[in-house]
Amino acid sequence: MSFGWSKPYEPTSALGKWFDERLPVPRLVHGSLGGGYEVPRNINYFYNFGVLAGLALVIQIVTGVVLAMHYAANTEVAFSSVEHIMRDVNYGWLMRYMHANGASFFFIVVYVHMWRGLYYGSYKAPRELVWMLGVVIFLLMMATAFMGYVLPWGQMSFWGATVITNLFSAIPVVGDAIVTFLLGGFAVDNATLNRFFSLHFLLPFIIAGVVMLKIWSLHIPGSNNPTGVEVKGPADTIPFHPYFTAKDLFGVGVYLTIFSIFLFFMPNFLGHPDNYIEANALATPEHIVPEWYFWPFYAILRAFTFDFILEAKLWGVVAMVSAIVLLFFLPWLDSSPVKSMRYRPKARMWTYVLLADILILSWCGGAVAEQPYIIISQIAAIYYFAHFLIILPLVSRTETPLPLPASISEAVLKGDASTGAPAGITDTGRNAAPTAQPAE
Amino acid sequence: MATAPEAGDKSVEGVVGHTADDGVHRRDFIYVATAAFGSVGAAAAIWPFVDQMNPSADVLALASVEVNLSQVAPGQGIKVSWRGKPVFIQHLTPEQMAEAQNADLSGLRDAQTFEERTQEGHRQYLIQVGVCTHLGCIPSGTAAGEVKGDFNGWFCPCHGSHYDNAGRIRKGPAPTNLEVPEYTFLSDTNVRIG
Amino acid sequence: MFRFISYAIGATFIFVLILAGYTDLKAAADAETSESDQVREEYHKYNKSVDWSWNGNMGLGVFGGFDNQQLQRGFQVYKDVCSGCHSLKRVAFRNLQEIGFNEAEVKQIATDWVVEVPSINPDTGEADTRPATLADKFPEVYPNEIAARAANNNALPPDMSLIAKSRPDGSNYLYSLITGYEPVPASFPESQKQEGLNYNPHFHSLWIAMPPQLSDGLVEYADGTPATIDQMGKDVAAFLTWAAEPKMEERKQAGIGTIIFLLIFTGLAYIAYRRVWADQKH
Repeated sequence: MSFGWSKPYEPTSALGKWFDERLPVPRLVHGSLGGGYEVPRNINYFYNFGVLAGLALVIQIVTGVVLAMHYAANTEVAFSSVEHIMRDVNYGWLMRYMHANGASFFFIVVYVHMWRGLYYGSYKAPRELVWMLGVVIFLLMMATAFMGYVLPWGQMSFWGATVITNLFSAIPVVGDAIVTFLLGGFAVDNATLNRFFSLHFLLPFIIAGVVMLKIWSLHIPGSNNPTGVEVKGPADTIPFHPYFTAKDLFGVGVYLTIFSIFLFFMPNFLGHPDNYIEANALATPEHIVPEWYFWPFYAILRAFTFDFILEAKLWGVVAMVSAIVLLFFLPWLDSSPVKSMRYRPKARMWTYVLLADILILSWCGGAVAEQPYIIISQIAAIYYFAHFLIILPLVSRTETPLPLPASISEAVLKGDASTGAPAGITDTGRNAAPTAQPAE
Repeated sequence: MATAPEAGDKSVEGVVGHTADDGVHRRDFIYVATAAFGSVGAAAAIWPFVDQMNPSADVLALASVEVNLSQVAPGQGIKVSWRGKPVFIQHLTPEQMAEAQNADLSGLRDAQTFEERTQEGHRQYLIQVGVCTHLGCIPSGTAAGEVKGDFNGWFCPCHGSHYDNAGRIRKGPAPTNLEVPEYTFLSDTNVRIG
Repeated sequence: MFRFISYAIGATFIFVLILAGYTDLKAAADAETSESDQVREEYHKYNKSVDWSWNGNMGLGVFGGFDNQQLQRGFQVYKDVCSGCHSLKRVAFRNLQEIGFNEAEVKQIATDWVVEVPSINPDTGEADTRPATLADKFPEVYPNEIAARAANNNALPPDMSLIAKSRPDGSNYLYSLITGYEPVPASFPESQKQEGLNYNPHFHSLWIAMPPQLSDGLVEYADGTPATIDQMGKDVAAFLTWAAEPKMEERKQAGIGTIIFLLIFTGLAYIAYRRVWADQKH
């Protein structure tokens, strides 16, 4: 598609030719997922996660449409209708557990995918829009997941919805009016549940639309790669099909296996027991926590406990929103011309600190709001903002990067000793001698 | 990494040009096996998504209802709901039974004797699904005061089908008699439909 | 310019967080744990761990299913002991066939159930009750929450249908709680005792409204198993575990098949992947 040496689409059958002349879908598929899309030959297993995120979205949409056939969005019967799905609908338990665990796995995949982008500098020119569309998808996912979690109408659904919508009350002057507007009433109730159901059904299709845009913008420059060096010639790339279709199929197999372990043997491990208690507007659970994928942001929200000019609550909300919104500016916050952390030892170290920091924030976000968790989450939140807003801009101006390989193919041929893959990941096949495995 | 010289050459060639075609595009056994195995799995995974549309366990549990008929006097009829549809249960008087038994069946669209439409020992109870066999409307004639049609049985207001007092189609577009559901008498006055 | 805006925003957040952290630490240094928290921490006991049938080999929870004999005994405990106050409103009588009762037995259980199903009198149209059928769910014990609280000294006996899933480590918790009543320890501070409630160190607040329920020989098991407190506790916890997740066996069976399939598929896909890549260096 984007490189001069990409193989143009050639119909292999009369039917394919007939169809392509009238509606060039075969050409599109060939150029974006087939033999006509040239991909850097050195991308590693981290690059499987884009396809896996697409798979996770499809699983969510398919199981979600099925669940909507049986679910009833009314406070009187919502909880019972979920239990009806679990007990009486044929394979209803499978559909619901797939959807609930599928949401968690979607976030796992997306977080790994984002980490990959951070580590190899995939957000930098010319892929800024790819990254920014990804942040849009991430925001849409968070909204979708939040509203979806309200639908079973358990205690965590209800109180999670109450707490999160009340965040808007932090907005000065109009805050309370906005909350009433969002809820369609003075508390989370039937009107809220109905609109959340409607939007929860709608947003995934908008996500799917943004995914299309993102893939489109990705395919203009083509994928980044672990060296961060742009493609320079035909030696640097190989066609997506069959090389990466084969690799992705294997990745899908591994993903589905791990997913199945959770789905069939510990389906409630990632959930909260309190959500098996029907919503009760008169009794709050002792310890309200969001789903695990919100924990880092929840920790940032709670870290702000001091009224400094503005109310503490408003600081928390602003900081939590900023923590995500700043990702839009990442391509400009990091001004280093070198993309991959493989060649940026200083920035690499700070990026690993960021990873540890986010894990600590997650841990605090899931814990009770008591010391020492509060002070730990405050320190971790300080690092989070310092990393993106101060350290990264400074380091990217002052560091001395390691020498870059002249091209991807050079890195592949000489790079057997090269280091820099993130911990735990080795570029498989790098050491496979071609003679050891005959082509047939 | 022990590489023979020619292997090294080959690897360079593999990087530089797309010599993939000879080795890769030849479909050997493993590719076919993977694709076939994956397809079988995908096909099997579709089943739960199809089966979830079938009636759920609670719906199936209501697939049979028990009705107590002790309150239904001769000449009266009741409607009960069964699988979301009305069932007409008519307690016939001896005169009505005689009329239904002696009716001339020649020329009827769906000739059925009265004996075929009721059960031995409980002939006084005519039990039928109250749905017109034409296009699914509910015929009138069960409750007192409803229009009974030209044959003193049931009349479907949608397209004018007339049924006699044994539920046989006499006039109008309906192709068959009112359907008699499966039912079992548990006692003289208790019947289980379905 | 952009750079300096970013530094300023970062510095602001950091400044506010430092202020917050400092004041919180100062407050924490002054704060003392309340006596009730201390007492709770000291006397609360963690769940006893039972080797349930569904834990399976090595306790991995992969192969083990329910023991129908145990579930039937547990149902008997629920029926004779718990059902007076605790409803089971999401389980239907027909579901009992899944734990080994035959249709006639379940029908008998349904018709004999002490609480009848609300209905409408066909002659007068007034509210009435009728005996339960197979298709009915277990009728609720009390017509509404107010009635339930009025009958139980203002405590609300929770519904049992999902209790095993709505408590962390539910099966062990239920067993520990129902068998865990103890006399109040002599060292227990007088000020923390709660009038009208019962001491149970497995309950999160140590004081529970429900009095001890089980005593040896309280029920007579149809299969002749001696009805000790421990046995009844295990059986009823097992029954409630089934009631909360009746599809567990189906789920595990489907899981074993799926994972075997996926492992073979992934293996094949890996071999295919390596074959495809055999002539490529990357």
